[in-house]
Amino acid sequence: MGDHTSEARRAGRRQFLRTGVLLAGGLALPGLTRRVAAEDKPPIGTYPAGIQGNSVTIGIAVPRTGTYAEQGEDELKGWQLAVEHINGGHPLIREISPKTKKGVLGKELKVVVADSAAKPNDAVQAQQRFITEDKVILMTGSTSSAVAVAMNKLAQREKVLYVTGISGSNDTTGKDCVRYGFRQNFYGETAANAIGPVLLKAYGKGKKAAFMTPDYTYGHTVTKSVNDYLTKNGGWQMVTNQVSPLGAPDYSSYLTNIANSDAEILVNVNWGHDAVLSVQQAKQFGIIPRMKLVIPYQIPFLAKDVTAELTEGVYAATDFWWTLQDKYPLAKMFVEAFEKKYGYKPEWGAENAYMSFALWAEAVENAGTFYPPDVIKSYEAGRKLNSMVGEVYFRKEDHQLVRPVVIVRGKTPKQMRNKEDFWEVTEVVPGGPLMQKPDAFGCKLGDYT
Amino acid sequence: MITWPNFVSQLFNGLALGALLALIASGLTIIYGTLGVLNLAHGAMFMLGGYAGFAAYQASGSFVVAVVAGTLALLVVGLLMERVIVRHFYARPHEDQLLVTFGLAIVFVETVRWLFSSESKTVSPPAALAGITPLGFMMYPTYRLAVVGIVAVALLVLFLVLYRTRLGMIVRAGIEDAMMVDCLGINVDRVFMVVFGIGAMAAGFAGIVNAPIVSLTPEVGEAILVQTFVVVVIGGVGSFPGAVLGGLIAGEIISLTSMVNPGYAYVMLFAAMTLVLMIRPRGLLGAHGRE
Repeated sequence: MGDHTSEARRAGRRQFLRTGVLLAGGLALPGLTRRVAAEDKPPIGTYPAGIQGNSVTIGIAVPRTGTYAEQGEDELKGWQLAVEHINGGHPLIREISPKTKKGVLGKELKVVVADSAAKPNDAVQAQQRFITEDKVILMTGSTSSAVAVAMNKLAQREKVLYVTGISGSNDTTGKDCVRYGFRQNFYGETAANAIGPVLLKAYGKGKKAAFMTPDYTYGHTVTKSVNDYLTKNGGWQMVTNQVSPLGAPDYSSYLTNIANSDAEILVNVNWGHDAVLSVQQAKQFGIIPRMKLVIPYQIPFLAKDVTAELTEGVYAATDFWWTLQDKYPLAKMFVEAFEKKYGYKPEWGAENAYMSFALWAEAVENAGTFYPPDVIKSYEAGRKLNSMVGEVYFRKEDHQLVRPVVIVRGKTPKQMRNKEDFWEVTEVVPGGPLMQKPDAFGCKLGDYT
Repeated sequence: MITWPNFVSQLFNGLALGALLALIASGLTIIYGTLGVLNLAHGAMFMLGGYAGFAAYQASGSFVVAVVAGTLALLVVGLLMERVIVRHFYARPHEDQLLVTFGLAIVFVETVRWLFSSESKTVSPPAALAGITPLGFMMYPTYRLAVVGIVAVALLVLFLVLYRTRLGMIVRAGIEDAMMVDCLGINVDRVFMVVFGIGAMAAGFAGIVNAPIVSLTPEVGEAILVQTFVVVVIGGVGSFPGAVLGGLIAGEIISLTSMVNPGYAYVMLFAAMTLVLMIRPRGLLGAHGRE
């Protein structure tokens, strides 16, 4: 009898346990299915190791020393503001990424930062460390296309997403494009096609131009694109091309050549402190104002560093200038938030940095997962996106953002309404027609996995 | 771009470029020649001279004050650096000397970055030298012309100190045979300190004189250091006349190569150094005393 009782009791307990398990299972079911879905995706790169906790980490390798340091600091501020806005669900981020609430897929963003000194080796080493130690799920940084191209290769090899910082070379989304890399900003070809007509209109056809070109992928592709446009469409002639290494300590010998040429226009493709130095020295040699200076790829802080006397009347192509806030509400929100936090008007490096994170958040939220191949497909879906310069979209064939190029002209010191009012926006050129055919620069994106 | 006017212009520009390199290199070479220490902080001292001058320029608005301040500041830095740090490394292997001066260079650069930020700073030349001078074959910045003269005077002063004073005699004797000088009962310690100070002062003077030409960043000394080493190697390690000759040669190589193909200007500089090392391993005017 006693046995019976205990048997029944045991059965009862078993029944209870069974019900309990079912019940618990039922309650846990929604979570369970989601977890199963996540685990359905095979591990790739830093996924899923990088998304285990409540936060995810982004690796930033940006020049804080060297020729591009000043521009690197501006970029870094743009990324930091974007992270703050994403984590806090700021209205500006929600204009760009409507599905964003706080963080990305509910996870807080953290960043780890290294100084790249604009050197590809330094950048790749730092990011490799971030991948191993911090399991970063996104990488960014570059103020040099040499870095961007090297980072592209690292991203594809390690299967960790990379969004470029400033990178003006055609190659970044051209022959060196990768499946795991995306670029927000304008580049040589779109700069050339945007500023070319402006130059022909302002200076006429058949002009003689001297070029100053930094000796790496950015310099060579920008010079080629600009020169091709001007020779084909305006019959301009390149009378000399002064190629110099990144960080050259002096430009006198290059400028001596230019002074002895019969050039009428000086197209300066140098960037960062190299641009500052070469423009200042061109003035010392009397080349400015004898020749008209053209900046096909705008350098943040150039006007401030060389003073407005040297940039007055100068045409430049750029990604963003703060007075666009008069035309675009999102630009206004950005400029105000940035200035409030950092005490100056953002340059285009900061805008590019901010947008690249905002667009990444948008892509991830739409993918509903951090699984890189799905995020890539989300980028490639070609959704119309809001930006600080109107509607934009990513081109799926080469991962280049189709976005307007802004043409500015330097104000005279008298025209400036405040100490940062260096440039007047003369045109916002729609991006679509500026771009080459997707395969024209030899882009082959590579595999998802 | 090879035209007669351009050739003459580049020849002249090479002279201006070379004069400055000669001055910086002479500081580096007398320190090495006398003390046997290869000072990797020499570029940073060039930079420090520029910034010390810049700070004085900010405070006074006078370029002359800036030059004096930049020069004297580096004399002090040099004396302190020798007394506090470098002195303890004379007896240690070359690698240790390289590492400690390299480390000091980093400290100098980052301290300046901390104080002045990475943004470039401009020092204006005195108003009288700010314009452009027509040379007939080309328009040349007046200040650069003046620098050729200023540097020539500075080199002359260095020459007089080295070849017409008792100190100079000891220094030159030290370059030939340091141990013998020691044996003769000369207070080598004090001589070493003074030499280090003079070398640093030459770099500092060059740094502030060069500032109106290049605009300052904390990295301004790095590229110059590399070129200075090339100059010293071409001219002969430890040789003052070698540094002057090497500087002029380097300036002309950079200038004339960029006339033909600017992309190769620095390549040619290193090619020339390689050539000199193959044919005359001691450099063109290298002293025989030191290894």
